[in-house]
Parts: sequence; structure tokens; C-alpha cells
Amino acid sequence: MSKEWPIWEVFIRSKNGLDHRHVGSLHATDSTMALENARDVYTRRQEGVSIWVVESINIAASNPDNSDALFDPAIDKAYRHPTFYKMPKEVKHI
Amino acid sequence: MEQKIYDYLLQLGDNSMILGHRLSELCAHGPSLETDIALTNISLDLFGQVRHYFQYAAKLGVAGKTEDDIAFLRYAHEYKNCLLVEQPNTDFAYVIVRQFFYDLYHLHLLQDLTESQDKQISAVAHKSLKEVKYHSRFSSQWMKRLGDGTAVSHEKTQAAVDYLQPYTAELFEMTPVEAELQEAGIAADLMAIKDRWQHDVMELLKEATITYPTNEFSHSGGKKGVHTEHLGYILSDLQYMQRAYPEMSW
Repeated sequence: MSKEWPIWEVFIRSKNGLDHRHVGSLHATDSTMALENARDVYTRRQEGVSIWVVESINIAASNPDNSDALFDPAIDKAYRHPTFYKMPKEVKHI
Repeated sequence: MEQKIYDYLLQLGDNSMILGHRLSELCAHGPSLETDIALTNISLDLFGQVRHYFQYAAKLGVAGKTEDDIAFLRYAHEYKNCLLVEQPNTDFAYVIVRQFFYDLYHLHLLQDLTESQDKQISAVAHKSLKEVKYHSRFSSQWMKRLGDGTAVSHEKTQAAVDYLQPYTAELFEMTPVEAELQEAGIAADLMAIKDRWQHDVMELLKEATITYPTNEFSHSGGKKGVHTEHLGYILSDLQYMQRAYPEMSW
């Protein structure tokens, strides 16, 4: 068993925000403790109204070495951007 | 009557101030970044409460003292905090056990004070109660983690409980001022709080696999101004700035 506590990623939803945003990470032994630590470390200045925590090992991340294959092919495909359409006047809130 | 309310406010404030100072000593010395900041947050909550009590006391005008005079310019025997809160940060178990014993007392005390006939005291209690609910959650969780954790954490927690439990009876001693203010519906009834406290402590210690000591002996004196040797050291730290530079302010 490792002597260090596991690392957790913290997501906070701010008062006005609709989505939870990644704000940082911390150490905790379990989810209860992770939530309490997140409250103490990341919401001291009224940053949030809701907290999510997830243990970092549960996050699958893309490998930076594969960036070429993953992301570069999108560069020259401007036709995928929704900028070639005329918006009808009746359509609101977009 | 105003003198009595003044005395009561100082007693309430002194408990929060001395405990808040003890926790502030751990700032940057906590066992991990996360617990360090949690304990510092609790300390700041307590100092916020102290300000409410002492500002109100200063406003009563019975002693002609300012908020800072009350906090920083009294002698040790004029501080009326319980002996429990001045006990040192011997190790993390002592910090948590001291906090746990005090938080549960503080929670029930504030719950009763929200009903106080004194509107100002009731308002402060309302505001502080939210903070103390979190404090008691924090210390209760840690009691369970440490007590029911490893063999070493269990042993250290049991040692801290055995050492600090004799300081808890004093929390429920009624001073003559408290008895009189309780008659008037201003102060809390500590006997009633004691039963609720004992019930909560027993329940949680069971979960934490910690044994409640059976000894009958208890320390007392802080509420009368008779303190352990620790308070002098605390005050020399706490009062240094005001003593060295009288009337200085931020």
C-alpha cells in the first residue's frame, strides 16, 4: 500500500455557471473526505454551490504523443464549422 | 444586568478565541495541506465569532473597553475560557479529540442560544451555528477515521480521549452569572446540554471503537479564571503586538 493518499480531481459549479469546471486536485482517502477537503481548499471564497470529485485514476486521458493523429486532421476541414449557413430570422437564442 | 451580559459574552468569546488561537498555531504545520487549510478555516470561523461577541460587549459600554482591549489587554485570570480549549496540540489525535469534544458542546450550546431572549446573542448564534455544524462534521469524521483506522491511530486517539475527557465536565458547570441569565432566558441551560452531548459523544465513540473513560475525576477552574500553565504562554503570543506597540491597529 502506498503511503500517500490517492489523488482526486475537483470540479466546482459556480453560482452563475451551468456546468462543473475542473479547478484542481487534492489528496483524500475516500470520497467523503475528498468532498470535505474540496470544500475547505477550493470554496473558501464563495466559489461554488456544487462540488464533484473523482479519483484521478478513474480518468482516462488521451496521450499527448498521439496528438498528431488525433487532432491535426481537423485543421484543414473548415467545412465542418457551422459558418456556411444563413440563419432564418425566426430562430432565436442561438 | 448589562454587566452580567458583558461577563457572559466574554466567556463565550474566550472559548472561541483560545481554541481559535490553538488551531492557528497549526497554520502551515498541519499533517497535510488539506487538513492544514481545514483547521485554519475553523480557526478563522471561531475568530469571526469572537469579533461578534466582543463588539457587542464593547457596545454595552460597561467597562469602557474597545473590542481590541477586551481581546488583547486582559490578564490571564480575567480570561474565562474552559481549560479544555487551552490544552496544547500534543499531536494530531489531541487536536481532533479536543475539537470533537468542544464542537459537540458548541453545537448544542448555539442551538439553545438561537432561542435566547437577547436578540443580538440569538443572531450571532444563528450565524455561527452553520459554521459549527461543519466543524462537528469535520471532527466527527476524523474521530471515526483515527479511532477505527490503524492500530497506531487507534492507540493515539484513545490516549488523547483518556487525557482530555477529564477536562470536559467543566464545559457544563454553571457560573452564578450563567444561572441568573438562564433564569432570564438569555443564557443556555448547560445541564440539559450535557445529556445531549453525552449521548452524541457515546454514539460516535462507539463507531470509532474508542472507549469512554470511566473515571470520575475532572479538572475545573478556567471559568473562574484559574487556568492551567498553558494559558500564560498562549497570551504572551496573542498579546505580544498590543503590549509591544500599545494601541497599534492594522
